[in-house]
Amino acid sequence: MSKPKVAIVLGSTCAGCDYSLLDLGPTVADVLASVEIVYWPTGADFKLSDLESVPDGSVALTLYEGAITNSDNEELAKLVRRKSKAVVAYGSCACFGGIPGLANVSTAKDIMKTAYVETWSSDNKEGQLPQPLSKVNGKHLELPVTYDTIRALDQVIPVEYYMPGCPPPLSYIEQALVAALSGKLPPPGYVFASERSLCDECKRTKEKKNLTAIKRFHEIIPDSQRCLLEQGILCMGPATRGGCKAPCVDNNIPCRGCMGPTPEALDQGAKMLSALASILALDMESGVSEDRLIPLIQQVKDPLGTFYRFGLPKSMFRRVIPRR
Amino acid sequence: MASSFEPRIVVFACNWCSYAGMDLAGTSRMLYPANLRVVRLMCSGRLEPEHILYAFKAGADGVLVTGCHPGDCHYISGNYKTRKRIRLLEQLLAQFGLEKERLRLEWISASEGELFTRIAKEFIEKIRSLGPSPLKQEGLFAPLITVAAAGGGGE
Repeated sequence: MSKPKVAIVLGSTCAGCDYSLLDLGPTVADVLASVEIVYWPTGADFKLSDLESVPDGSVALTLYEGAITNSDNEELAKLVRRKSKAVVAYGSCACFGGIPGLANVSTAKDIMKTAYVETWSSDNKEGQLPQPLSKVNGKHLELPVTYDTIRALDQVIPVEYYMPGCPPPLSYIEQALVAALSGKLPPPGYVFASERSLCDECKRTKEKKNLTAIKRFHEIIPDSQRCLLEQGILCMGPATRGGCKAPCVDNNIPCRGCMGPTPEALDQGAKMLSALASILALDMESGVSEDRLIPLIQQVKDPLGTFYRFGLPKSMFRRVIPRR
Repeated sequence: MASSFEPRIVVFACNWCSYAGMDLAGTSRMLYPANLRVVRLMCSGRLEPEHILYAFKAGADGVLVTGCHPGDCHYISGNYKTRKRIRLLEQLLAQFGLEKERLRLEWISASEGELFTRIAKEFIEKIRSLGPSPLKQEGLFAPLITVAAAGGGGE
């Protein structure tokens, strides 16, 4: 019997998800021995033609990491869809747009301008920007088209499974690979993560939530035993899916929301906004005047960047409204 | 055409004060323009910020949130929670590029039918002057998994 084919492909990603694969340690060797890797450019010297040459629908499982920020990512996603029986949106970028998805506060043109013209180190007096097609000495050079709106993988192709996390927790990677090897994959739509919020698995003690000041991360060294949110630090735990076993919170770092929204939530940011606003000035909410409330609320310096750090493309609005 | 624009406004009203106030406006035969779509909730504190975002996404040009006056909440503190959520949501909507005037919070008691009609007229005129919601104009919510013409941008 031939080994099941597996592909690991990269869209717009930092490749951190690849590193998390290597963290599996000896399991990687077992997995590598029992599957046929048809495409994994970070792992070995694969070319796109290797993936193009396998028959359509023959790849048992494809892990797609990264968001869709340009035409190249989109083309690859569609190729992967054609070749694969099951596609996993692997990591927060593929699931929700991730950190690259924050580009949805701007447009492709403005981002290019910042990167190539406006930064102090740019020496570009003519204001030249990369072009999808340029002619140099009679030859054509092509670049992918950068999109104005960054998308998650399932906004481009249908996806069977989701494995959120930045990077995804090892236990779920192992679970998915073992399931694929034994041919016992869960029903489509399955999310490799917990069905409950991060607070559910956080070991800190929760006493009384009453925020009278919001502390930025550099301003205090938080108590390592008590709920971070209760200490005034913006922790995305209440609005974020668990399953990661809270490694950040265990190390005194607030949750940033990489596991995405909880299963019932329509919008991760709005859920967090609701949870946070509810506990602001809780002890004196009947008497607090607008004059005192507004400065307290303004201590949340960047609501959009905080509440949608990993999920702007999958939020209700998907992006900031472009200025006309 | 600005003149043919009729604002669509979603109103969230609590069962105990604001909805009763609107009922009073109705039974007293007070008139106000028919641009409102009223959603009754048991308490303004039931209103999730998600619902407001959803209303805008679904095509609302404005959202009016109403509840009991401070101190009058049937559930003691629901309207206080709402006030804090709305104030924080205003900051978020500003970052999303939506005019802050499109979201309004008002306290309306069961006896304030007249106040309600006044606020309704005022709000409708405000939204009319702002024009259609930019979320509708930009076509931001077009279906995504048929992406032939998606993208653009670049240079």
